[in-house]
Amino acid sequence: MNAAFALIARDVKLALRTPAETLTILAFFVIAPTLFAFGIGPEPQVLARVAVGIVWVVALLACLLSLDRLFQAEADDGSLEQLVLAPAPLELLALAKCAAQWLTTAVPLIVVSPLVATMLQLPDEAYGTLLVSLLLGTPTLSLTGGIGAALSVGARKGGALLALIVLPLYVPVLIFAVAAVEAAVAGLPVRPHLFLLAGLGVLALTVAPFAMAASLRQASE
Amino acid sequence: MNTDSPAGLDGRALACRRGGRAVFRGLDLRAAPGELIVLRGPNGSGKSSLLRVLAGLLAPAGGTLAWDGEDVAEDPARHRARLHFVGHDDALKPTLTLREHIAFHAALRGAGTSDPAAALDAFGLAALANMPARVLSQGQRRRAALARLLAAPAPLWLLDEPTNGLDAAAADGLARAVAKHRAGGGIVVAATHLDFPGADARTLTLGAAR
Repeated sequence: MNAAFALIARDVKLALRTPAETLTILAFFVIAPTLFAFGIGPEPQVLARVAVGIVWVVALLACLLSLDRLFQAEADDGSLEQLVLAPAPLELLALAKCAAQWLTTAVPLIVVSPLVATMLQLPDEAYGTLLVSLLLGTPTLSLTGGIGAALSVGARKGGALLALIVLPLYVPVLIFAVAAVEAAVAGLPVRPHLFLLAGLGVLALTVAPFAMAASLRQASE
Repeated sequence: MNTDSPAGLDGRALACRRGGRAVFRGLDLRAAPGELIVLRGPNGSGKSSLLRVLAGLLAPAGGTLAWDGEDVAEDPARHRARLHFVGHDDALKPTLTLREHIAFHAALRGAGTSDPAAALDAFGLAALANMPARVLSQGQRRRAALARLLAAPAPLWLLDEPTNGLDAAAADGLARAVAKHRAGGGIVVAATHLDFPGADARTLTLGAAR
């Protein structure tokens, strides 16, 4: 367990010492939705209708941007061998990598998401549900993204391959998260959608560590 | 424990295939506690592959590998806990200091307590303990990778070209660390094409690429 916490602490420290990576992703998360506003037009009703979808799609893509280096950076400098050879289960260490990725990427995204939602005229009553949906949904993004990142270690153009592997897996999260926030806008019960979102998280948590560990062992042969 | 299985590392009829090509086969390797085995051979003869097989990173295509008479495949986690592997790459993060690297490695290896200062001092890095890895020279990076050996105790050291880029003083530091490790009953297997510092090493020469 200590090894996993040490790994999380190390990754958070690395992210804090090179804040440019996190800031770039945050900037993408803030700027990309403004393009939609320019492209669709500034009518509040139109933007409000598509706001949730845009926030979530851009959050997915922002998350994807940081996954590219999750395991590839470890493989490039030889650290992956050391992780694979650690006495602690590799499943646990892979999970720790995802936890650190979530802390350093998803948490800042969640913090600035109200700003993006405001730009897109999201109705006031939906903010709470948006935040809850992001809190419940982004760990699933990190975990399923971790599978893609582990599978694409060592591949040429790993980033493009990663997107191909991961984006289809993100669809269920997107559907239930957006459904929850739209239910909040319409004044309908949101809890069924949020429960399904949490269920996806549990599924990812049970499958992802084993899938990541198996691919990482393969990658470090 | 089998009576015919010696203490320490015991590889029998090991074979390794990479990319469909046999790198080596029928290779026997025994190392009793306190022994230093130097792997030699031309490029492509399988020195690194053999180290990866011994570490458990690569499953052997044939043969068995045992430690104290127990097949390592039965409990890979225990095998990982008993070894240190220093590969080609130094596994350093540019923004972490050397002290942080050693402390992290100790935590990763599950060492309860560790003394990063002593580990760094053994390789002449005490003055650089608080420097980030990005400012180090090639030789200093190699020393930092070797200092990890002392971060946590493990009986089996697997070293891949450990002396690459080291100056004479650092090579002496490595020789002292290896001698101390062997005196404590540790086993060292090192692949190198340079002279490896260490008394009464046993040399295992691997064949040319086939």
